[in-house]
Amino acid sequence: MGIDLTYAPAPESRSIVDLKASYGLFIDGAFVDGHGSGFKTISPATEEVLAEVAEADAADVDAAVKAARRAYSRVWSRMPGSERAKYLYRIARIIQERGRELAVLETLDNGKPIKESRDVDIPVVAAHFFYYAGWADKLGHAGYGEDPQPLGVAGQIIPWNFPLLMLAWKIAPALACGNTVVLKPAETTPLTALLFAEICQQADLPPGVVNIVTGAGETGEALVAHPDIDKVAFTGSTAVGKAIARSIAGTDKKATLELGGKAANIVFDDAPLDQAVEGIVNGIFFNQGHVCCAGSRLLVQESIADDLLERLKRRMSTLRLGDPLDKNTDIGAINSAEQLARIRELSEIGESEGAERWSPACELPSQGFWFPPTLFTGVTQAHRIAREEVFGPVLSVLTFRTPSEAIEKANNTPYGLSAGVWTEKGSRILHVAGALKAGVVWANTFNKFDPTSPFGGFKESGYGREGGRQGLAAYLKTEQGGR
Amino acid sequence: MLAAMPPSPTADLTGLSDVTASESSLTRFLHGLPGVDQVGAEARAASLATRSIKTTAKAQALDLAITMVDLTTLEGQDTPGKVRALAAKAMRPDPADPTCPAAAAVCVYPDMVATAKEVLGDSGVHVAAVATAFPSGRAAMDIKLADTRDAVEAGADEIDMVIDRGAFLSGRYLQVFEEIVAVREACARPGSEDAHLKVIFETGELQTYDNVRRVSWLAMLAGAHFIKTSTGKVQPAATLPVTLVMLEAVRDFRAATGQMVGVKPAGGIRTSKDAIKYLVMVNEVAGGDWLDPDWFRFGASTLLNDLLMQRTKLTTGRYSGPDYFTLD
Repeated sequence: MGIDLTYAPAPESRSIVDLKASYGLFIDGAFVDGHGSGFKTISPATEEVLAEVAEADAADVDAAVKAARRAYSRVWSRMPGSERAKYLYRIARIIQERGRELAVLETLDNGKPIKESRDVDIPVVAAHFFYYAGWADKLGHAGYGEDPQPLGVAGQIIPWNFPLLMLAWKIAPALACGNTVVLKPAETTPLTALLFAEICQQADLPPGVVNIVTGAGETGEALVAHPDIDKVAFTGSTAVGKAIARSIAGTDKKATLELGGKAANIVFDDAPLDQAVEGIVNGIFFNQGHVCCAGSRLLVQESIADDLLERLKRRMSTLRLGDPLDKNTDIGAINSAEQLARIRELSEIGESEGAERWSPACELPSQGFWFPPTLFTGVTQAHRIAREEVFGPVLSVLTFRTPSEAIEKANNTPYGLSAGVWTEKGSRILHVAGALKAGVVWANTFNKFDPTSPFGGFKESGYGREGGRQGLAAYLKTEQGGR
Repeated sequence: MLAAMPPSPTADLTGLSDVTASESSLTRFLHGLPGVDQVGAEARAASLATRSIKTTAKAQALDLAITMVDLTTLEGQDTPGKVRALAAKAMRPDPADPTCPAAAAVCVYPDMVATAKEVLGDSGVHVAAVATAFPSGRAAMDIKLADTRDAVEAGADEIDMVIDRGAFLSGRYLQVFEEIVAVREACARPGSEDAHLKVIFETGELQTYDNVRRVSWLAMLAGAHFIKTSTGKVQPAATLPVTLVMLEAVRDFRAATGQMVGVKPAGGIRTSKDAIKYLVMVNEVAGGDWLDPDWFRFGASTLLNDLLMQRTKLTTGRYSGPDYFTLD
């Protein structure tokens, strides 16, 4: 009865990407050599070296900040908003035109499935530029005064989980408001930022408006510590975020920090179960769980826990793990050996603390960094896997009995970035959403990103908002803008 | 060609036998099923539709899809000549290629069953007849049953009945249930194999996914062998999200009772690309057990030729025009 329909490999061609052997820094509109020793970026799916990348030292960072300052005072801050908008629209259109190239490169460098880079990352990147292009000549109508002024030069540091998307979240609002930027991409995923630099050239963006300095932690430290930047925008770990906050204390630098999370995805007994299962899967296995707002804690009402877990396990068994360039791959590679070690460590701690570990039968490739989709049942609030951010495809399942217990457990975390609520009862959605201490609450969906919607955290998840009208405040001189 | 279908689900639905005892118990049960979130269901269907089925998998899927086609003609202008031609086409869809499999069935009005049966004989290609005052279902019960018996006596292997959507939408679930049970009884053929029953919901008229889930369970409880989306006479006919909800229902029904029920999207599926999207959905939602003409069918007319063209393209590497395939 029935047949075994085996999907043949359907790899996206990588020939569309013109990988260079080495990449320089992008300073003042041109690619230049760095003074650091340089580093290699690899494909986490195969460990193949993709390219050599320059490393910016303090002198390179200084040159980039100087270029940004010149561009700010001579060109960009004086340019009418309607003119800035033209550049941003142009960048957005080029991103769409070169979408497949960007998607393939993102997948190569990051390890995420091509279907995600193609259908989520790159389209949302373009949408961010289109959205903020629209604001550039309407800032006087954004609620921040009649003629709000830019801050100046922004130093921006972004993580490796959504390399180009995080770049867009940082650069689009900054430029729309009239700031210039020096951006440091993560050391494991610099390539799409460097391709974006080419796109800036292609768009004839004035030199110095966007500068890209590649490197690791030291490069970032040099950028944050530079005396001539007015603003630090950081997305990454809470530990680094705290260090940044300490280092800029007592200066005039403003900051927005988007840090870690440990989101609760709350499923009530009247939830649309099949869609809740999809939301749980999307919440924790999207992008291998390398998502700061991942729904890493499933809170399920006890009365439906068995049924829901059975459905969830059945669904997890259909997830396809493997070659990220294969169009049918659902779960790609873990971004780095270091991250894989962290996920393994926390998972082992979960087991040793007594939680029950489950993964579907799933063959892992022998090369590269891989971790199967995993869930832990029998988890309590006291377990480390329920408290610490794993940043991987690992779901902790907890149960609750009443709405107030669900809210209490969901809020009982040092983080407060996001949460999900699943119920067919509208009044319960409103009540629970209002009671959750999280910057984003999704109702009957999860991990939906839109440029019109502000995103950001409570508590140790950081401060400031990115996206929407609120995202403008982070780059304007206003009482509400950053700290 | 088609294996005999297993014994039908009867009253032995462990834990579910009380459900249909009264109007109120049936209503409670159907309204107690988990809701369907429209946005989520449509997103899931759209995401499955992005699967890329190539080379060997595509060849496998195209042949499978051909074996699942209920080649359909349901027109006022149907004549014995048209039906005979269609039956011949169902047996040998591609006369130029003997490796091309046959379709599952020919689907006609009851008065054309004998004509179709004459041509198809024991070829293995079934004759399916629409009955019960198709497509509206607006007739007295005895007329619906007579319509059914007429088709069964003429030799129909399968009966595609329509439910009374008016009764369903006004909440008279037990009436719909009893009609299905009665038609199921009218499918009996003493001394020979009973006709199998497909129950058409006309999901375009029921509109909500919650209704689709409820009516799916209602029909399965009443003993449907197959649940079918549409008559093809109402828009929208079959859609991916509606079929998704029905596949979830048959999956859950098997988990609850051990009984398998088939699914037939009908109407609006015209291209191989569409058909493959449905097969991917069957594979990942209900499971590989349903990838079988005994458990999944396409109600279609123009789909078959597109499947044949794609099949020829895959084997020869060249596209040929529609002129190289018979119209019926």
